[in-house]
Amino acid sequence: MKKFANRALLALVFIFLYAPIVTLMVYSFNNSRLRGRWAGFTLKWYQNLFENPTILEALKNTLVVAVIATLVATILGTVAAIGIYEMRGRSKQALLNMNYIPVLNPDIVTAVALMGLFGLFQLKFGLLTLTMSHIVFCTPYVVLSVLPKLTQMNDNTVEAALDLGATPREAMTHVIIPQIKPGIVTGALMAFTLSLDDFVVSYFTTGHGVSNLSITIYTMARKGINPSINAISTIMFVVLLVLLVIINKKTMKEEEV
Amino acid sequence: MKKYAAMYGAWALVFIVFPLILIFLYSFNGSASMAFDNFEFSLANYEAFFNPLYLKIFVNSVAVALISTVVCLAIGYPVAYTIANMAPSLRQNVILLFIIPMWMNFLLRTYAWMAILGNNGVLNRALGLLGIGPLDLMYNMNAVMIGMIYNFLPFMVLPIYTVLLKIDPKLIEAAKDLGANGRETFWRVIVPLSLPGVYTGITMVFIPAISTFVISNLLGGKNIYLIGNLIDQQFSFAGNWGFGSAVAMILIFILLVALFFGNTDKENGGGVL
Repeated sequence: MKKFANRALLALVFIFLYAPIVTLMVYSFNNSRLRGRWAGFTLKWYQNLFENPTILEALKNTLVVAVIATLVATILGTVAAIGIYEMRGRSKQALLNMNYIPVLNPDIVTAVALMGLFGLFQLKFGLLTLTMSHIVFCTPYVVLSVLPKLTQMNDNTVEAALDLGATPREAMTHVIIPQIKPGIVTGALMAFTLSLDDFVVSYFTTGHGVSNLSITIYTMARKGINPSINAISTIMFVVLLVLLVIINKKTMKEEEV
Repeated sequence: MKKYAAMYGAWALVFIVFPLILIFLYSFNGSASMAFDNFEFSLANYEAFFNPLYLKIFVNSVAVALISTVVCLAIGYPVAYTIANMAPSLRQNVILLFIIPMWMNFLLRTYAWMAILGNNGVLNRALGLLGIGPLDLMYNMNAVMIGMIYNFLPFMVLPIYTVLLKIDPKLIEAAKDLGANGRETFWRVIVPLSLPGVYTGITMVFIPAISTFVISNLLGGKNIYLIGNLIDQQFSFAGNWGFGSAVAMILIFILLVALFFGNTDKENGGGVL
């Protein structure tokens, strides 16, 4: 009986979680601009999408920022994690604590702090400041997903490689990196999704005229959203879903091996 | 390879610590300007916060965040427990179903609640068919709370789930062998062992809940004004960086208090990572 109650709660929670997504997807095929009124099936919002410069520009910015931020954050975070792993004592703890700040800090505080930094250096707010801030808040997550893999690694293999005459660089590329690869992939994925989804930091650190999808949605939300946004989100959601399922299948297989 | 650590240390000082120091300094700036040229030390920004209007915003924000956290815990714990007790192949898919919604832009999902709760929304139309309503579901505290619980529930479920999975089944068997019944095993073995996950979940819900301005802005309209909205307004519209920074510092203070009580154990804790 108790088990039944738990399953019923789970079912309700899933309805709660998926209701807004289903609503959005359904409205992306709705032949009316007004939400709440169903006026027949249409694909016109999907067509309009490719003629809407605001949305296309925002999509381009979102993807460019996410790709660059993921690349830089993954490299920086991996290298940093290797460095932190080799450290001991107080300085290690201090660096780890600094690394935790952007993870724990409310995003609005990170956002205004970075805004202050860029303002102080009189950087021109735009794509550059936007990308930089994404790198700043994504890197700690990469560090945090690579570090556990380093701890799990057998230190002797690195020493053996060095004893056998590998240069530190070779030891890094041939011994360390392959062993911590799952952590790097998880970190990169996390950085990419965080960057795609970010609104608050982007909102404060971008300049006039440079917006990503989140900012575009925020500005539209009060006036009524162009249903093409629903369409593009439906496409992105399906693409990400397929990717996620493939990755999940692959890791499950690897775990079985 | 220690030079990598030094390099990252320098990076973290410039991009993580220094910006916070800047905000800290701004919060003591008496002149409303953004430059440091005419910096005058003053406590006026903090004094301004003790205005009844702002104190009310403060109390409201803490209350909304606390209630959302409690509701997330009340729903999230049984959900995490149910999933963790499923067959391994099944639970992996179920937890995936939990993560998938987070892959759609969070603003859009919040906006979707406007389409559901609005006067012409899905819910009111459904109620209309039953002869009820239309009810005023949007632009109030309940709508904001629904938005928060909706957005932050996975942050409660995932860490608790991770910790529950790590509990050694032998401990539960031992408890049963020693004569504990199901309820005793749950409260005296499982719950205490899952506390690190609960603490992580609480901080991961409470912190975004107390600082959000997007959810309160979209679902609360002009009626609900939280600390996040106040900071947003000072930086985006009012241009009063000093006061905005002071409010941000107060937010950090609340965060530190929450972390102190949350007692997150980073080494063994049930982090989501």
